[in-house]
Amino acid sequence: MEHDIGLWGIPIAILGGAIRVSTPFLFVSLGEVLTERAGRINLGLEGTLVFGAMSGYATAVLTGSAWAGVAVAALAGAVFGLVHGILCSLPKVNDIAIGIAMMLFGTGIAFYFGKPYIQPVAPHLPAIPLGFWSDLPQLQAALQVNVLFVAGLGLALGMAWMLRATRIGLTLRVVGDSTDAARAMGLRPNVIRTLATAAGGAFAGIGGAFLSLYYPGSWNEGLSSGQGLMAVALVIFARWNPIACFGAALLFGGAGALGPALQSVGISSGYYLFYAAPYVLTLGVLIATSSPNRAMAGAPGELSITK
Amino acid sequence: MADQTMIGSTGATWLPALARRSEAVVIPLAALVLGLGLFGLFLLTQGKSPVDFMAIVWKGAYGSAFSLQNTLSRAAPLLLAALCVALPARLGLVVIGGEGAIVLGGVATGALGPHLAAVPPIVALPLLGLIAMAVGGLWIGAAGALRFYRGVNETISSLLLAYIAIALMNHLVEGPFRDPASLNKPSTLPLVDALRVGNLPGMEVHWGLAFGLLACVASWVLIDKTTWGFAARIVGGNVRAAQVQGLPVGRLILGFTALAGGFAGLAGFFEVTAVFGSANASLASGYGYTGILIAFLARHNPLAIIPVALLLAGFDAASGLIQRRMDLPDATILVLQGFVFLVILISDTAYGRLKLFHPERWA
Amino acid sequence: MRLSPKTLSRRHFLNGAAALSGVALTSSLPMMARAAAPLTVGFIYVGAKDDFGYNQSHAEGAAAVKAMEGVTVVEEENVPETIDVQKTMESMINLDGAALLFPTSFGYFDPHVLAVAPKYPDVRFEHAAGLWHEGLPTNVGSYFGYIGMGQYLNGIVAGHMTKSKKIGFVAAKPIPQVLLNINSFLLGARAVDPTITCQVIFTGEWSLAVKEAEATNALCDAGCDVITCHVDGPKVTIQTAAGRGAYVCGYHANQSALAPDKYLTGAEWNWAGVYTGMVKKVLAGETLPNFMRGGLTDGYIKMSPLGPAVTPEAKAQFDATMAEIMKGGYAVIKGPLKDNKGNVILKDGEKQVETDIKLESMDYLVEGVLGATS
Repeated sequence: MEHDIGLWGIPIAILGGAIRVSTPFLFVSLGEVLTERAGRINLGLEGTLVFGAMSGYATAVLTGSAWAGVAVAALAGAVFGLVHGILCSLPKVNDIAIGIAMMLFGTGIAFYFGKPYIQPVAPHLPAIPLGFWSDLPQLQAALQVNVLFVAGLGLALGMAWMLRATRIGLTLRVVGDSTDAARAMGLRPNVIRTLATAAGGAFAGIGGAFLSLYYPGSWNEGLSSGQGLMAVALVIFARWNPIACFGAALLFGGAGALGPALQSVGISSGYYLFYAAPYVLTLGVLIATSSPNRAMAGAPGELSITK
Repeated sequence: MADQTMIGSTGATWLPALARRSEAVVIPLAALVLGLGLFGLFLLTQGKSPVDFMAIVWKGAYGSAFSLQNTLSRAAPLLLAALCVALPARLGLVVIGGEGAIVLGGVATGALGPHLAAVPPIVALPLLGLIAMAVGGLWIGAAGALRFYRGVNETISSLLLAYIAIALMNHLVEGPFRDPASLNKPSTLPLVDALRVGNLPGMEVHWGLAFGLLACVASWVLIDKTTWGFAARIVGGNVRAAQVQGLPVGRLILGFTALAGGFAGLAGFFEVTAVFGSANASLASGYGYTGILIAFLARHNPLAIIPVALLLAGFDAASGLIQRRMDLPDATILVLQGFVFLVILISDTAYGRLKLFHPERWA
Repeated sequence: MRLSPKTLSRRHFLNGAAALSGVALTSSLPMMARAAAPLTVGFIYVGAKDDFGYNQSHAEGAAAVKAMEGVTVVEEENVPETIDVQKTMESMINLDGAALLFPTSFGYFDPHVLAVAPKYPDVRFEHAAGLWHEGLPTNVGSYFGYIGMGQYLNGIVAGHMTKSKKIGFVAAKPIPQVLLNINSFLLGARAVDPTITCQVIFTGEWSLAVKEAEATNALCDAGCDVITCHVDGPKVTIQTAAGRGAYVCGYHANQSALAPDKYLTGAEWNWAGVYTGMVKKVLAGETLPNFMRGGLTDGYIKMSPLGPAVTPEAKAQFDATMAEIMKGGYAVIKGPLKDNKGNVILKDGEKQVETDIKLESMDYLVEGVLGATS
C-alpha cells in the first residue's frame, strides 16, 4: 500500500487519460479541420479510422515494425480521403452522404480483411517516459507519452501557423469560404478540396493506427466505439481551430478517464453517468460558448453543415 | 382526322411525361445494378461466385414468405429512424442523434408500461406510444431549440445527446428501473401480455411496420402538400429569406425536430412493446445510425425512404445466410452495402445530364 | 417458410413435446433443408468468433462438433440481442433445417429464445447461462458451468502473488454471473490472506476496448498488482495490465500467449466436451435434460496451466484446493459472510455449494470488494 495516493489519484488519472485517449481524437479532428477549412465535410473518417487501425495493425504484424504500420495506415487513409474528395467533386454529389457511405465501406472492408489479425500480437509504438522525475508509479505511468501524441501537438501548432500565415493556408481558407472568389483568383476549388480531404484522411488513418498499435493496442471489431464520428463533431466544437482541437481532444480524453478513476477511489454508484462526462461536458461548453447572433463564427462559408 | 390528332397529341404528352418521371427511378436502379456488379468483381477477387451470392441474397431477403417477413421486420424501426433525419433535413438541419430518441422512447415505455397493467390496453397502448413520442420529441427538439435559441450546431449536439441518452438508459435500466428478477440481462419490469403489440394479421411482422409506413406517407403529405412543409422547404433553402418573408422559423425548427424525435421515440416504443417486452440495453442497437444512411440515400424524401429501407433491411436479413452458405465473414454485407450505396450516391450526378429523361432537349 | 411450422408442429406435438428422437428430428426437417446429414446444428455468437474470450470459447466447442460424423454445423457471428437473433434462429431452422440450436449469449434467452421456441416445438434450443424452470417451453434447455470455481482458484494464486494486498477486477456489468466471479476471486485470495481487498471497475459494456484499457490502468493506479476480468474479450485487459507490470489471471479462454511472464493461470470454458456430449445424445435419440450445469469435475471448465511466475507455495495451495473441488460439493460462498455494505449474507455454518441455484441470482459484492452493484 506504499503508493496509495487516495484522492490524488483522480487528477493523475485524468492527466493520464487525457494523454492516452486523446491522440486518435486529435488526429482525426485535425484531419477534418483541413478538409472542412477547404469547404467540404467528410463524415466518413470513422471508417477511415477503423481501416487505418486494421491496416496498421496487419502491417505491423506482418513486418514486425509498428512504424511501417503507421505509414500504411496513413497511406490507406489518404486513399480513402482521395476517393471521397474525387467523388464529391462530381456535381450534385452530397459530401455528407458520401461520407456516411464511406464510413460503412471503410468499416466493412476493415472487418472483412481484419478477421485474421484479431488474434496475432503486433509490436507497439514506443512511448517517452516523461515521468522519470517522479517516484510515484502512477504519475510515471500517466506521463508515458506516445510519440504520436507529441507529433499531434506539433501538427496542431504547425497547422495553426500554416492556416494563418502561409500561402497554402490562405488558399485553403479562400477555397473554403467562397468557391466564386477562389475561381476568380485562378484557383481550382475541387482539386484543392480533394487534396485537403486526402491529407485529412491520412491523419485519420494515423489516428486509427494509434488505437491498434498503442492504446488500447490491439485490433478487434469493437476497437473504435465511434471515436471517428465524435472527432468530426469536435471540429465544430473547436471552431475549425487546430489549437482548440488539441484542447478539445484533451478535454474529451481526460473526462473519459473520470469514470474508471472515480470507481477506483470508491465513488462507484452511477458509473454510467460518470462515463457520460465527456459528452455532458462538451455539450455544456458548447452551449455556454455559443450565441444565436454570431451563430457559427469561424465556419468556412462553403461548408454544407453550417450553411 | 380528329382521332388521329387525339392519338398524336396524347402520344406526345405521355411519353415526355413518362421520360421525366422515370429519371428518379431508372437512375438509382441502374446505380443499384452497377453497384452489385462492382461488388461482384470484388467477390471474384475473393474466389467466390457472384451468381451464387446474388441468389443467396435474393433467397435470404425476398425469395420466400419467411425471408420477406424477415426483411419487413427489420425494416420497421429503420423507417421511423430515417424519418428522424429526413424531416429536419428539409429545414437544412443535419440531425445524427436519432439513436438517443429511440433509446429514451423505449426506456419511457419500459418504465411506465408495467404501471399501466390495470388500464385497458386500448387506452394504455396509445398513451404509452404518445409518451414515447413525447420523450423522443423532447430529445431531438432540444437539439432544434439549442440551434434556434443558442446557435448550437445541431449535428454535434444531437450526437452528444445520443451518447448521453444511452448512458442514461443504461443507468436507469440497471439501477432505479431494474427488475430484480432480470438476472443476466438487466431489464425493466416486463409488460403484461395485454400491452404487448402483436403481429400484423396473417404475418410474422409486428405493427411497427404499419406505423412506420404510415409515418412515411404522413411525412410526405406534410412536406409536399401542406403550407407548413412548403415553409419548411423555404427555410431549408435560405433561412434569411424565410425570415424576411416573415415565416415562423423558430416554430418550424422546433416543430420539425420534435416530430422527427417523436418518430424515433415511437420506434423505441415498438421495440419494447413488440420485440423485447421490457426495456434493456439492446435498445441501443444502431438503428438510429442506419437511419442516417437511409435518409441520405432517399434524398430526404419520406416516400423514397420505404424502398431504401427495404433494400437495406433485405441485405441485413440475407447476411446470416451468406455467412452460413458461402463461408464469408459477416462483414461481407457491409462491404456490399458500401459498394451499392456509394454508387447510388454518385449517381446523383447523372440527374439532368441524360437527354433521354429530358424531352425538351429531344429535338 | 411459414407454410409448414403450424401443421408440422401440430402433428409432431402428438408425438409428445419432447419428441427428440433422431427419427422425429429428421422427419421434422422443413423442406428447404439443404443438408444431407441427419442433424444440422446452429451456433450463434454475439461477437467475433476469435475474440480470445467468450465467443471464441463457444466457437472452439462448435469446431469440435463440426468434426463429428453425421453433423452439419452452421454458424453466425456478431448477432445482436435484438429481433436479429430471433430471425437468425428462424432462418437457421427454416432455410438450413437446423434442429438443434446453441444461441450462446446471455441476452438471447429472455425474450428471444423464449419467443421463438414455442413456434418450433421440434427444434431443440440450448442456451448458455439461461435459467430454465418449470413452465418455460420444454424444447428449451439451459446449460452452464460453475466458472466461479475457476475464479476462486485464480484468486488463490493471486492471493499468493500480490504484494500490495490489493487485487483488481475489470467487469462488464453487475449481473449475477459477474458478481459471483468477482466474489469468488476475492474469497480465493482471502483464503490465502484475509486482509486482501479487491477493487472492481465496471465498464458497463461487454466489449469496449478503450474503456477496458482505461479501467485496467485505473486499477494499476489504485495499486492493484494482480488483475483479472469478466468481459467478452479479455485481450485488452490482459495486455494492458501486463504492460503496467501487474500479474494477470485469464478468463473464458487461455490468454497466456498474450503475456507469458505475467500470466498466472486462468478460468477457461471447456465447451468442446460439453457440446460433443450433447450432440451425441441427440444423435442417439435421447432427450437432453432441460437444465444442465457442470464444473471442473464434469469437464465444463478447466484451468490454464500455471505460469512460470507462480511460486511453489501458491502451486501447493492451488493443487490442494483443486483436489478438494474435484471431490464435489465444494462451497466458496459460506458463512460467516457479509456483503460490502455490512449486511449479513450467510451466518456461521451456512453455505451455498457450487451447485446451489441461489448463486445464480447473486446481487451483492462480498466484504472486501471495493465497488458497487449499480
